[in-house]
Amino acid sequence: MDIRPIFSALRRHRLVMGMLILEIALTCAIVCNSVFLIMQNLQRMNLPSGIAEHQLVVVQMASIRDRPDADARAQANLASLRQIPGVRQVALVDKMPFMFSGNNSDIKLRPDQPQPSLSAGLYFGENLLSAFGARLIAGRMFHADEYLSLDRALRGLHDNNVRDLPRVAIVTRAMAQRLWPGQNALGKTFYIGKDIQMHVVGVLAQLARPNSLQRGVGFSWVVPIRMNADEGGYYVIRSAPRDRARVLADAVARLKQHNPGSIVMAQRSYDRMRAEYFSGDRAMAGTLIAVCLALLVITALGIGGLASFWVAQRRRTIGVRRALGATRGDILRYFQTENFLIVGFGIALGIVLAYGLSLLLMAHYELPRLPFSYLPAGALILWCVGQLAVLGPALRAAAVPPVVATRSV
Amino acid sequence: MFTYYIDLALRSLRRNTVLTALMVLALALGIGASITTLTVLRLLSGDPLPARSAQLYYPQVDPRPALDDPSRARPMPAMSWTDAMNLVNARKARYQAAMALTQAKVMPAKTGERPFFSDAVMTTADFFPMFDVPFRYGSGWSAGEGQARARVVVISDALNRKLFAGANSVGRTLRIRDHDFRIVGVLRPWSPQPRFYAVWLGGRSYGDGDGVFLPLHTAVADKMSPNNLNCFAAGGDLNDLTKAPCIWLGVWVDLPTASQARAYRGFLDNYVHQQIALGRMHRTDVAMPDLMQWMRESHVVPSDVQLQTWLAFGFLLICVVNTVGLLLAKCLKRSQEIGVRRALGASRRAVFAQFMVEASIIGLAGGLLGLLFAELGLWAIRQQPAEYADLAHLDLGMFAFTFVVALVSSLLAGVLPAWRASVLAPAPQLKAS
Repeated sequence: MDIRPIFSALRRHRLVMGMLILEIALTCAIVCNSVFLIMQNLQRMNLPSGIAEHQLVVVQMASIRDRPDADARAQANLASLRQIPGVRQVALVDKMPFMFSGNNSDIKLRPDQPQPSLSAGLYFGENLLSAFGARLIAGRMFHADEYLSLDRALRGLHDNNVRDLPRVAIVTRAMAQRLWPGQNALGKTFYIGKDIQMHVVGVLAQLARPNSLQRGVGFSWVVPIRMNADEGGYYVIRSAPRDRARVLADAVARLKQHNPGSIVMAQRSYDRMRAEYFSGDRAMAGTLIAVCLALLVITALGIGGLASFWVAQRRRTIGVRRALGATRGDILRYFQTENFLIVGFGIALGIVLAYGLSLLLMAHYELPRLPFSYLPAGALILWCVGQLAVLGPALRAAAVPPVVATRSV
Repeated sequence: MFTYYIDLALRSLRRNTVLTALMVLALALGIGASITTLTVLRLLSGDPLPARSAQLYYPQVDPRPALDDPSRARPMPAMSWTDAMNLVNARKARYQAAMALTQAKVMPAKTGERPFFSDAVMTTADFFPMFDVPFRYGSGWSAGEGQARARVVVISDALNRKLFAGANSVGRTLRIRDHDFRIVGVLRPWSPQPRFYAVWLGGRSYGDGDGVFLPLHTAVADKMSPNNLNCFAAGGDLNDLTKAPCIWLGVWVDLPTASQARAYRGFLDNYVHQQIALGRMHRTDVAMPDLMQWMRESHVVPSDVQLQTWLAFGFLLICVVNTVGLLLAKCLKRSQEIGVRRALGASRRAVFAQFMVEASIIGLAGGLLGLLFAELGLWAIRQQPAEYADLAHLDLGMFAFTFVVALVSSLLAGVLPAWRASVLAPAPQLKAS
């Protein structure tokens, strides 16, 4: 189809055309960047944790820190939780994946290293790995005699006394691969703090860190430290997914009964905990999706509205063309091609604007550059929206009878 | 003449109701989105203490070990016990107070009830006069009582309602952990937004006020632990926070005049140099932002909110461009009518005015509908899981501002079409018909 007549027609409406192209370009820029932001949010929300998420319920007890029998009470609490019918594993742990607080340690390969190799999230609590359902892919779990109390470990940290500190650690595969690429991590050593040496005895398939996700979600490590009832922490209880509600209610009742002076801070399934952590991302993604849809609808209505005007204005011309032998299909294609060209110009300008906007966002917020693949996708969406919007007016134009040409207005 | 234009505009808008509705709807959506996000942004970046904020300062020092590269040094966001106490005891400002947040475990008065945690501030005596905290009953404690570790406490209006049904509870007892505290004051509802004094101390930045205020020295003696604790060196006993190399206290000072602020800045520099001479400190970097500056430096306003505001104004821009296009097309369609009006003696200015009136009617309608959308948007924000969600309400200022935005954007949208209409030469249009 010859597009020269389209150009000469468009040149006569430069101002209106310009506005339409500008609108499409702005829409293209904002939609491309918004879709990119939505994808980033979705990616964060779907990060794998490496634990048996749907089987866990969690009860958080308040720390009290002034009773001498805290160790015994923790063991009694755990024993009581184990007796709940349907419970598979229980543990008292300090942190879980995706929480608003965490212990992050700087990991070094040599004690005199000026910059740490990476930062990893620290986990501890007796029986933590089996309660989490984290999968060990190499090495072994901790032996019972390797566990130290948190109290003792803190004392060791304060006095810099290595005998009071754990010496073995289990690391994630992601962390092992970053520290020793292509090597077997088992038996390797690394350093924390000033010069505390740790030996790797096991490697986990996956375990996400509690917080500071931007520093490497998969970097986590576990040490054999036991917590007591006064050090706060979370009682993690694993059961079949369908038993969770009952197990949780029973667990809370038992913990309240055994610890009359303490406070249950939170009780929920791990699924809910995770959802709460990512609720901000979800809300933001929802807002962005709504804005994108509204933008596309408004742009479509704008395109359709202008096309209607043009069709109404050119009724006579269309009639003349029809009288001179143009088919309905010709007229339809004319308006569709015209729209394709206009949207094309808009997209060309929009790509430039999209990149400009992306640079602006990168300068002000911690965001990566807009990947190139979003641009063809955005272009395709806008072309589809344009064609859909122009279809109605174009069909109306095609329906103009040739006899119009012979009538005066 | 003006009423005639309005009449003309209404006729023209009625002639093409679908198109008019489209323009109004698009503008209203853009305005609704912008006003919603702007309301939230304004709320979050507001001044928590308008009468005092210009004279409140947040001094910062840097107690960390020496650094190889001094240019990378930045003062710490909070203070250690020693520095905080040195500054507070120096009494160089009109008011000065050190504070940290904690969780106070409030024990039930009757047996059978369960204990609960209340958000608590451990602070020094000047906290109340410095921040102009309003009391319903009683007052704060004196500096002497604070130093003497008196077991006195000030409670919030909300806690007073919960425990004492809102009665005057001054003189009654509140049991926190294992100790009885005498209530000396009950506040009126008080929760500055943002909660500026809580920013680094491990509390939320927006939302409800704290429930319990108790003397810092007493709380430290009772081993209450601060919500946020950042240790910058190894060694040091976490059980004795007065000696540990950790920062956990925010210090605020009240300096009513600029010269007092300058003098205090000099005092702060002197203090650091003196501490360096004593061998206690190693770094000279200090800072003393005022309240609003400290809010900006701490990035109190979530970046998502800023991003949404930019997005909303981008959206409004697209809606305005959309309206320009449609109005232009409309003006082209009406070129004959314009030709007739011009031929009958209407001046260019008159045609321009007529089209601008039409655009502003669209703007006003868009503003009204946009207000509805903004209320809807704010309702949606109140359902969101953010800590500021409950605060999202349209105030009178934003209500008026909505119409300003609506009129400005519709007039902007109207200028180009109105200009096009006014410069049309009348003769060819008349000939064409």
